[in-house]
Parts: sequence; structure tokens; C-alpha cells
Amino acid sequence: MLIDRIEARKNPTQHTLVALVENKPGVLNRVASLFRRRNFNIDSLSVGMTDDPTVSRMTIVVDASKTSASLVERNLYKCVDVIEVLDLTNVPSVIREMALVKVNIADTHKRGEVKQIADMYEARVVDVASDSLMLEITGTEDKIDAALKILSDYGIKEVVRTGRIAMARR
Amino acid sequence: MKRTGSQIIWETIINEGTDVVFGYPGGAIMPAYDALLDYHDRVHHVLVRHEENAALAADSYYRCTGKVGVCMATSGPGATNLVTGLANAMMDSSAVVAITGQVASHLVGSDAFQETDMTGISLPITKHNYLVTDLKELAAVLAEAFYIARSGRPGPVLVDICKDVQQQSIEYTPIKHVKVRGYKALRKPMNQDLQGLIGKAGALVDAAKRPVILAGQGIKHANAHDEFKVFVEESGIPVATTLLGIGVLDEDHPQNLRMMGMHGEAYVNNAIANADLLIALGMRFDDRVTGNLKMYAKNAKVIHVDIDPAEIGKNVPADVGICASVREVLPHLTEALDDSQGVAKYADWYGQINEWRGDTQAHDVLSFDLPTNMLIAPQVMRIIWEETGGQITVCTDVGQHQMFETQYFQHRRKNQLITSGGLGTMGFALPAAIGAKFGNPQEEVWAIAGDGGFQMSIPELQTVIQEGLNVKIAIINNSFLGMVRQWQELMHDRRYSSVNMTAPDFVKLAEAYRMKGLRASTIQEAREVVREARAHNGPVLIEFVVEQETNVFPMIQPGKALNDMTRRQITPEKKYMPASMGGGMDDLK
Repeated sequence: MLIDRIEARKNPTQHTLVALVENKPGVLNRVASLFRRRNFNIDSLSVGMTDDPTVSRMTIVVDASKTSASLVERNLYKCVDVIEVLDLTNVPSVIREMALVKVNIADTHKRGEVKQIADMYEARVVDVASDSLMLEITGTEDKIDAALKILSDYGIKEVVRTGRIAMARR
Repeated sequence: MKRTGSQIIWETIINEGTDVVFGYPGGAIMPAYDALLDYHDRVHHVLVRHEENAALAADSYYRCTGKVGVCMATSGPGATNLVTGLANAMMDSSAVVAITGQVASHLVGSDAFQETDMTGISLPITKHNYLVTDLKELAAVLAEAFYIARSGRPGPVLVDICKDVQQQSIEYTPIKHVKVRGYKALRKPMNQDLQGLIGKAGALVDAAKRPVILAGQGIKHANAHDEFKVFVEESGIPVATTLLGIGVLDEDHPQNLRMMGMHGEAYVNNAIANADLLIALGMRFDDRVTGNLKMYAKNAKVIHVDIDPAEIGKNVPADVGICASVREVLPHLTEALDDSQGVAKYADWYGQINEWRGDTQAHDVLSFDLPTNMLIAPQVMRIIWEETGGQITVCTDVGQHQMFETQYFQHRRKNQLITSGGLGTMGFALPAAIGAKFGNPQEEVWAIAGDGGFQMSIPELQTVIQEGLNVKIAIINNSFLGMVRQWQELMHDRRYSSVNMTAPDFVKLAEAYRMKGLRASTIQEAREVVREARAHNGPVLIEFVVEQETNVFPMIQPGKALNDMTRRQITPEKKYMPASMGGGMDDLK
């Protein structure tokens, strides 16, 4: 798990903010509109429910080379529906992204090779078709990038990636 | 007790202390207007002639009274007409609640007649907004709306209420305590150590030799005039104000340098540009007050106090940034001052500023003892100021006359100048005067507008008549969109594009509205009409026909540094010569 911290340091221009917001219609629009209106550069934004049905959680990755993360944080606080903002950039935290990848397996003999690569990246095979394999990969952005790079040698038919989600260790 | 949604709207407004609502009825807000008939003894409704002016009047009402301004409109076009007024309130931080009707809840999203996505449209120009589709939420939402509008950094809040919600009934108890989980009126950064920051600020003040206080509207919003004056006098530091900060300190106060920025006098901008410490209080370093940021007050440390955390460091990095109400901070700052503080400590600094001030007097300030009887716009401001003893509320529009007013009218107290600062909304003056007169009925209220801006708000003359308002309206007519023309003269080689303005016969227009109309085109006439207008117990419209190509100087042209100003360059012999007499461009270097 040390790898997470190393990754975070490797890429200091990316800041990870977590915003707890009211689980109401239109809140995502308010936050997205704020970023557009203030010309903030956002690398990714993911939203999901929490254990509290009235609260949603957003993980926002800010490109700090173009936008001050602290300014984003302070502007988020101006949104009435934002309950709390945490900057996880310098906080030991677990950061994850997930991808589904459909890999071409025209030659069925290659299936074993792809499975081996999947194992190396702790990816799971979630679906098999006659000419393709679907993998589920979870990890940091860099890990997924690396896996996709290798898998591209076999031909990637389709990829879907979630945004980053993050949680402080303590 | 059972109440309809419509009744809850009016009861909330009354409970919040607002006694005037500016609005315009229509289909989706009709239930609320029906209920109004049962509340008209406690709240007065002003029927404007265009919804934009309802929002602008509500904005002005807030600025004059501190009570939340309320405007009301129907769905669709009624609501969209509010947009400019809401943007104005947003930019100038005015507490306004806009109540709009919306189509019935089962029709929302169906492109029904007069349906517009008002929460979507108003999102970036309101502090917050709501769509109410369920009556159970209405009372809480309205109470929240008022609370959010007036607390912290004030701003407009829009509440869009479906027609069926207005019609239904529910058990209602007035909401006394509003609690919004996320929203804190003042959300301080978590690691802010106020005492530590005050200590640092005190040390910066102590070390500074050429400090300037930059005073903004935040002082007014915080109602911290007294605390501010104590700090100013104990510290002995000179004060420059923003446009909206005018009046936070008497302009006659010896430490008040007056307005800074694009059309601030040269000595004020020179003082800021050469300062070694800026103490910014409740202001936001708008581009109109900084000029080119890269060259802004290069040698100055910055102490920035603002209630809005997002303003600190937005445009100008702060050496000490304090997120707090200036009212909370000022007594601490005063306490932190060293005993050696006082005007005497800055004798050299004031000496330098006074030298610049002398230069301004010689080169920029217009002298009115001209060899001609021709009227120029700045003179009109001076005449109104002299004739009224400066004891009036002035609502200005946007453009040259607005800047001349700041230069040639001396403001003595708060709320004397109501003007559109951040948004620069033409057509503001007349609705603002209506709002100001309702806010302070005893006050003498003047609207001063150019011929361009006034033609955007002419319909409100009838509102003035219908309400029997005694407001005086001065139109400064130079037959041009003066400020645009000035930019075209200075930056576009005098290629005048779409700035020639014709106008109706304003005196006849006034008469058509059954209002007294006067005209002046000489200095002497100007004095006479101001006297006549003041003597008349009722609204008066005065057209001042002024020299056409008088420019506002000094001027920081776009991209230029704060102290890189285009000056008027009056020679002692020439004093002032208008363009039509061969002056204008020749007056410039």
C-alpha cells in the first residue's frame, strides 16, 4: 500500500479533494457549473452515495499546475449544498480508480497470455466471449494506465474508466 | 394554523422585516398576487414596468435599508427579465430574494406555456436558488432563502415556486431558526489562527512607512463604520476607497484620499502604486481598481481581510489573509497598533501624497470659472452637490456621469451613493432611486443618468408617478454613449461606432408622464433648474444639455499599470477647453 503514497508524490500537480454534499437533485450541476464558471481545470470528478442516504461524496482531481486547489476548495465551500471539503493531497490515503477493458482475442492461444497479464495487475476476468475477454482492473491511475498500455498490444475493443475515488487512512 | 403556499410567501416576507416588494404579476404567480390583497396593510407592492427594474429596485432598497430586498415575477419571460438585476445584486453583494412563479409541478420539464428553467438560468448569478415543487418544503426554503441572502457575504437568492404549491394549503408555523447543514455564514479556513494573523498584521503595520488602507463595501455590509473610523484615526494611515466603498468614511476626513482605480484621481493611485503596505478591508481587488495585476503595487505587502474566503488571494496574493467580518477583525487590529502610530508617524508619506495631490489639482481637476457659459457634465455634479449641500442620496447609472459624480460630488456618509459597481448595469439609476425612496422616504433622492442609460429605464417614470414618489431625475445629455465614445476616441483613433444617440424631447416626455420637466444648457440655467426642482414637491425630470465630448480623466487604459494614467493635462492658461471648442485630443499629451 506504500505504492499509493509514492504515486501521490510522483504526480504533485494533481490534487485530490473530497467534497461531502447534500444528496439532492442538481447538486452535481452546481459543482460542475462552479468549475466551468471559474475556469477551473478538473482532471476527474466522481460522485457516489455514502453510508448516509442524505449525503453524497464527490472526489475531485484538480490539475494544480493550472488551478489552485485551495481556491477550488474555498469556492466549493461557497456552495450552500457542500457540507465539507477535505484536501487529501498530503494526507496518507487510499486512491482508487476502476476500469473495464474488453480485449481482443482473435487468436484463442493468446487468451492465456492475457490472463497472465491480468493476474500481474490483479485484474479479474469478468466476461468471456468467443473473440474477447472483459477485465476489471482496480488501482491507481498509473497502474491502470500501465495495464492498458500492455493490453493494447492485443487490441483493445472498448474501455470504460471511473474517475478517481479517495479516502484518508485515518 | 392552515395557510396556502401564497400566504406563506407573504407572511415570510413580513416576518423578515421587508415592507416593500417590487414586482409584476402573471400567470404562474397569480395565486401569490391574489393573497397579496389580504396583506396589503403590512407590505406594499410596487408595480414596476419591467421585471429587471424590480430586481434593481430591490437591490437598491437593500443597500439603503439593510433589509432584504424582495422582487417578484411570473414564470418564463417575467423570470428571465430578472436576470440582469440578479447578476447586478450578485456582483455587488446585495441581499435580494427573488420569488418567481413556476408552472404547476406536474408540468415541470414538459416545455409548458411560460416554462423556463429558472434555477438553471440563475445558477451562476445567485448565491443560491431553489425550485419548490412540494408545499411541505416551502416555509423552510423561504426562511433559508432570506437567511442565506443576508448572512455572510450577502447576495441574491431565487425561489422558484410551482403554481400548485402556491394554491395548496398546509399547517404552518413561522420558522424562527434556520439551520442549513453545509452553509455557514462565515466559513473560516480550518487552520486560521486569528490571534496569530492579527499579530503578523500588526507587525506589518508597525514596519510600514508608506501604508494605504483600501476600504471596500464589506465595511458597510458589516456595519463597521465606527470600528473602521477608530482604526483609521488610531493608525493615522491614509484611506483610499473603492467605488462601492465610497461613504464608509467621510470624504471630508483628512485621511480620506477618496476613490481609487480606473478613474480615481492620480494622487490616490500613485499612493497605492508606491505603497509598502496595503490593508485591504472588505474589498476584492477588482480589475477596475488594480489595473494590470503584474505591475500592481509591486513593493507592497498585503493584509487582506474579507468575509469571503474565496476572495483572499484570488487576484492579489495576501501576505496576511484573514477570513472574517471586518467588524470582528478591526478592534483587534486597532488593539495591535503600536503607541507610536498616528498621522505624525507618516509625515513624509503624507508630504509625498500631498505633492501628488497638488499635481492632480493643477492638471486633472476641472476649474469651473470658465470663460464660457457652456455646461460640462462634471459641473452638473458640482452644482447638484453645492445646491443640495451634499445632503442627498444619489443613484447613478453607468458611464461617464457615474465617474464624474464620484469625482465632483463629496460624499459625507454611508448609503449616499447607490451605484452599480461590479456589473455596470445601464438603466440602474431610476429603479435604484425608486428603491432608495421606498427605503428612506424622508431622504431627498436624486437619480442621475446619462441619455443612454436613462433611455433604458424610461418606462419606470410611470412607476414614479403611480407611486407618487418625490424623486428628482437628472439626465446628463451629451447625445453620445459617452464612455464608449471616450474609449473609441482614445483607443480606436476616434472611429465613432454606434455611439451617436438621439433622444426624445425629455421635457415633453416628462409632461407626457404628467411630471414636471426642466432643461438647462448653461451653468446659470443649471443652478436655476436644480433650485426649481428642489422647490417643487413632486417628481421632476431635468435634462442637462452638456458639452458632447468631455472625457473622464485620469484614466487607466486597459492593460496599463495603476499609476500609468492618461491625464487631462490642463494648462493653467487653458484651464479647460471642450472638444467642440477645439480641445479634446489636443488637451492630451
